[in-house]
Amino acid sequence: MKDTDIKKLLYTHLLCIFSIILSVFIPSFFLENFSILETHLTWLYICSVSATAVNLVLYLVMKPNVSSKRSSLSYKVTRFLKCCIYFLTSCFFFHVIFVLYGAPLIELALETFSLAVILSTFTTVPCLCLLGPNLKAWLRIFSRNGVTSVWENSLQITTISSFVGIWLGAFPIPLDWGRPWQEWPISCTLGATFGYVAGLVISPLWIYWNRKKLTYKNN
Amino acid sequence: MQKISVLLFLAWVSFLFYAGIALFTSGFLLTRWELTNHSSCQEPPGPGALPWGGRGEPGACWMASRFSRLVLVVIDALRFDFAQPQRSPVSGEPPVSLPFLGKMGFLQRLLESQPHHARLYQAKADPPTTTMQRLKALTTGSLPTFVDAGSNFASSAIVEDNLIKQLSSTGKRVVFMGDETWNDLFPGVFSQALFFPSFNVRDLETVDNGIMKHLYPTMDSDKWDVLITHFLGVDHCGHKHDPYHPEMARKLTQMDKMIQGLVKRLKNDTLLVVTGDHGMTVSGNHGGDSELETSAALFLYSPRALFPSAPAEEPEIIPQISLVPTLALLLGLPIPFGNIGEVIVEVFSEIEDSQPRSSALAQASALHLNAQQVSRFLHTYSATAQDLQVQELHRLQKLFSKASADYQRLLQSPQGAEAALQTVIPELQQFLRGVRAMCIESWARFSLLRMAGGAALLAATCFLCLLVSQWASSPAFCFGPLLKPMASGLSGAMVCAGLLASTGLKLDSVVLGVMAAVGSLLPFLWKAWASWGSKSPLASLLPMPGPVLLLLLIRFAGFFSDSYIITEARVAPFLLISLTLLLVARLHWEGKLLPPKLLSIPRLGFLTPTGPPQYSAMHAMGLGVGLLLCVRLAGLFYRCHEETPVCSSSPLLSPLRSTVDGRAKNLWYGACVGALVALLASVRLWLRCYGNLKSPEPPVLFVRWGLPLMGLGTAAYWALASGADEAPPRLRALVSGASVMLPRAVAGLAASGLMLLLWRPVTVLVKATTGAPRTRTVLTPFSGPPTSQADLDYVVPQIYRHIQEEFRGRLERTKSQGLLTVAACQLGSVYSAAVVTALTLLAFPLLLLHAERISLVFLLLFLQSFLLLHLLAAGIPITTPGPFTVPWHAVFAWALMATQTFYTTGHQPVFSAIQWHAAFVGVSESHDFTWLSAFLVGANTFASHILFAVGCPLLLLWPFLCENQGSRKRRQPPGNEAEARVRPEEEQEPRMEMRLRDAPHHFSAALLQLGLKYLFVLGIQILACVLAASILRRHLLVWKVFAPKFIFEAMGFIVSSVGLCLGIALVMRVDGAVSSWFRQLVLTQQKAGEQSSLVYTGAGSSARKAQPHLLPPCSQDLLASGTSLFYNSRS
Ligand SMILES: [Zn+2]
Ligand SMILES: [Zn+2]
Repeated sequence: MKDTDIKKLLYTHLLCIFSIILSVFIPSFFLENFSILETHLTWLYICSVSATAVNLVLYLVMKPNVSSKRSSLSYKVTRFLKCCIYFLTSCFFFHVIFVLYGAPLIELALETFSLAVILSTFTTVPCLCLLGPNLKAWLRIFSRNGVTSVWENSLQITTISSFVGIWLGAFPIPLDWGRPWQEWPISCTLGATFGYVAGLVISPLWIYWNRKKLTYKNN
Repeated sequence: MQKISVLLFLAWVSFLFYAGIALFTSGFLLTRWELTNHSSCQEPPGPGALPWGGRGEPGACWMASRFSRLVLVVIDALRFDFAQPQRSPVSGEPPVSLPFLGKMGFLQRLLESQPHHARLYQAKADPPTTTMQRLKALTTGSLPTFVDAGSNFASSAIVEDNLIKQLSSTGKRVVFMGDETWNDLFPGVFSQALFFPSFNVRDLETVDNGIMKHLYPTMDSDKWDVLITHFLGVDHCGHKHDPYHPEMARKLTQMDKMIQGLVKRLKNDTLLVVTGDHGMTVSGNHGGDSELETSAALFLYSPRALFPSAPAEEPEIIPQISLVPTLALLLGLPIPFGNIGEVIVEVFSEIEDSQPRSSALAQASALHLNAQQVSRFLHTYSATAQDLQVQELHRLQKLFSKASADYQRLLQSPQGAEAALQTVIPELQQFLRGVRAMCIESWARFSLLRMAGGAALLAATCFLCLLVSQWASSPAFCFGPLLKPMASGLSGAMVCAGLLASTGLKLDSVVLGVMAAVGSLLPFLWKAWASWGSKSPLASLLPMPGPVLLLLLIRFAGFFSDSYIITEARVAPFLLISLTLLLVARLHWEGKLLPPKLLSIPRLGFLTPTGPPQYSAMHAMGLGVGLLLCVRLAGLFYRCHEETPVCSSSPLLSPLRSTVDGRAKNLWYGACVGALVALLASVRLWLRCYGNLKSPEPPVLFVRWGLPLMGLGTAAYWALASGADEAPPRLRALVSGASVMLPRAVAGLAASGLMLLLWRPVTVLVKATTGAPRTRTVLTPFSGPPTSQADLDYVVPQIYRHIQEEFRGRLERTKSQGLLTVAACQLGSVYSAAVVTALTLLAFPLLLLHAERISLVFLLLFLQSFLLLHLLAAGIPITTPGPFTVPWHAVFAWALMATQTFYTTGHQPVFSAIQWHAAFVGVSESHDFTWLSAFLVGANTFASHILFAVGCPLLLLWPFLCENQGSRKRRQPPGNEAEARVRPEEEQEPRMEMRLRDAPHHFSAALLQLGLKYLFVLGIQILACVLAASILRRHLLVWKVFAPKFIFEAMGFIVSSVGLCLGIALVMRVDGAVSSWFRQLVLTQQKAGEQSSLVYTGAGSSARKAQPHLLPPCSQDLLASGTSLFYNSRS
């Protein structure tokens, strides 16, 4: 049971990584002058959309969580709207956090918000896919002994590694190297992306190595 | 005894750090050697005939004198472009009109009308561009080094050979008027002198007007050969306003007029030199090495024709010290021995002789003399010190001998040596420039041994802090083993030093201190080494939790990057915010947060019976977000580091005086006073909340009445200071008098408040009430025999309490019903109340030293430390009866906040950012520089270090303070499952800080641990600075970034360690007072002979129910004397 779960997890994660890599290369065929550094925001949004899409599709296909019994259309619509609201809220929340962290308040507001969008893509969207708009469950996952499945465990790892990545991404900013990627928010975006990808790679491995120790309440 | 040993130990550890810092400093901040050799007329600088037969002529020395008199006008901070002639604007281009441009019209007219008499140069000053260093350079012709920048305070006479000494030794009458610094540099040299204090940078007129009054009469009197004047108005105008202020135009015009008057009075044999000692930045400051600071104007004028050709379009750029050999040779003096400047060759042309060849020969001979002197100096210097690069030295010596040979050949064959003449001058110049470059390169000399020793000592002391703080948190900790090696080592080192001193070995104090430090440190480390096996080594090595260790490492690594040091004002808040978020996240992760009400669900397997106390998630989130907001808001007060390329300092840092808009000024004034009132109100509110405002003790009365008075005084002072320029002339004297007296009054009030606090630190209201308190046995169930020491620690008090209860029950039964209950309020917060009061009292005088709008930062400072303490307290379990621990993350966050506040109060670790105006707060304008001024400037610079170091004990006290609130919080949601579980625990009293008192041994150990941890975090920063400065000592920015950072960090460490000891001593004083208070109470009870019971109350008001409790030692006699002791909780 668990091994198949881990295998599934690995494949979905590989797909996610693949989508992110594609978002770097595919647009250059359609868009002129496309590069991560120069047309950074374009890449950012393309990456965000593709990652969201892949996540959605994967979770719809895999259905890792027990699907709700109610499946009326109105329920689905309200659920979807709720998800959207949650996503936007998380974007604004992250934006506020970035500003508190020292990002400029008025200048570069679009850049800061875009960073919030991509961080939300890497953290909030998987949460929404897996757990739905359910803050209680979110809080549960991010506490000790709170995870109840392989999926939740990997979600925990990828989210934390995204946060760590974006945090580490802020470190090159003050250095006087004068590189283009040191500009706000490029290094943070890249950091978040690398963190997310690293989380995607690490989590199946980590779960695999620790599969003996991990005991989930529900399994 | 324990208390004293805690303080002693902390002082000793601080001493170890000081010794390390001193050792490193003595190796790192070395200067070049100062040679005391002097040049003399009788002794030519080298072999070979002197030109014009030198010695024979009367009045001539190495060279015949061309001028018998000199007027040297030093206009402080006369930047090159201040004196630069303004070209008539090209058509189509708008004319540039700045207050400092084109204001010296007379100079310009002289340059245009008499191109052979006047010349303007752009003189390049060497950093540091501080006045004293520049004056040293302008008279010795040498390169002042970095350390001299620090000795600007205690000016000392120049020991090296210099122009002034040469002038007076050849019998010239030197008359001086102007800046007092000259008196310190050349004491007793002038035949007539008029000194004016230089430190009051607010005063643009006194010095200049004083000089002007005497200048022309002296000029006319003919009682002088050399007249030196040093005007300060332009420099002070830069410091007070900036070069763009209209005042600058006025000052420059005044200087121009003064020069006009001088030129009118010049005689034919007199040379006029007008020079700036340095420039100024756009903000009007100087000290560094930026283009604007180092470019000074140098203007030469002679009534006789001096220059063979008309000046070039753009004034020539020459090193500032070129003036020294030039003046020496022009006046017929020997060039000062240590000069490495190069003569300005064009003034040595023979104007009367129209032959170009003899002109060039005259130039070559002047240059050759100059080169001989420099070569002689190099020779002497390299024999004394080995710090010059040997290869370069050889190359230069070869160059010199070749040039010298060429020159000799030239002299011997005067005919047909045109080509030789053309090569000799460039060769000599090349040599002189090579020497200058080599000296600049080499005169930052390091003693690697001392640097390494200092770093090693610092590292060992940091390790010691880590080790002992780890020991101190173990329950079986005792003080004896700590003091023994320390005392034996110290005394051993003393004896050693005494023996060495008696044998006549010369030891400087640094070496002595280091010997004492190492001697006392080694037994300690030996002991640690010996006990290595018995203790688990890994746990003692890495006591920090991973994330904190990571953050600490990042902070440590940051000191090695100049970018991170320059942007530390933003890096420190970044780390602080990260730590805050980490704390909140960890609280959630560990399930210590109750979910918000709307989300409350039964938790899955979190609630173990011994589960930690839980806090509302909203509460923690609120604290975290509030803290973040405070940090971000404080970040608005930002001063640029001088190395930041594009950056503008926050206008909020400037004093209100400089605000032009009256409405804005009033609004800001209102905001500042509002911040002040809010600060006062919040402190009072806090004290009232913990019930410390009720007692009739003098400190409480002071808090009630003295603090508002201090606030009033501060507000009045701000009003006067910000509006002083607008005061009507009649009231000016009154206003200036009041603005001197008000800060003194506030400081006096603060000092008296602190005295009161030290005298009667226990602010307890004792209420006598009748009626026996209800008693109940509380014996927390404990199953099975105790297995560990912790269990024993838990059980024994319970048993003791039980016995005590029984005893009192018997007493009560036998005695009459009418018991007298003595209720003592606020005992639970007695320590922190004293610390908070002391901090507030300290904050006011410190606030006065800053610009008005910094009061907002001070408000944020108090607010954010309050929030941080609350947040930290949420994560710290109270372990009674000890040992108490202060977690690392708390100490680290505290140190980070101190750093952050250093920056938000408008400081930067560079010398040009020192806020000198603080020296004039409460000091009358005519006051010159003293140690008081140094103290005021120091207090201004290290205000945040002082406040946070003194407030450090709050880290230990606050969790106990919050115990009260925790229980209140827990009571709120009734019927909760969690609530039911913690109820038995909650029934206990919030004894708060009395828990500390009840375990005096652990209390002392915790204070020691806290102090050591704080010293460790600060010591790590020093260690990082030291390592960075030594590893990057050849870095381009070492003197601009790393060395100033090290000096500021070291000073901050010293201030912090003293503040820390004072803070801990204050807590101990309160502890002692509480003990004596208990004792007194017992005595009075005994005297009254009544059976009474004592009720402590925490923050609360009336006694609800009394609980028995483990008695502190002194109150055991209470029990013995038939008096019962109770703690009581609030209702
Ligand atoms: Zn100066
Ligand atoms: Zn100055």
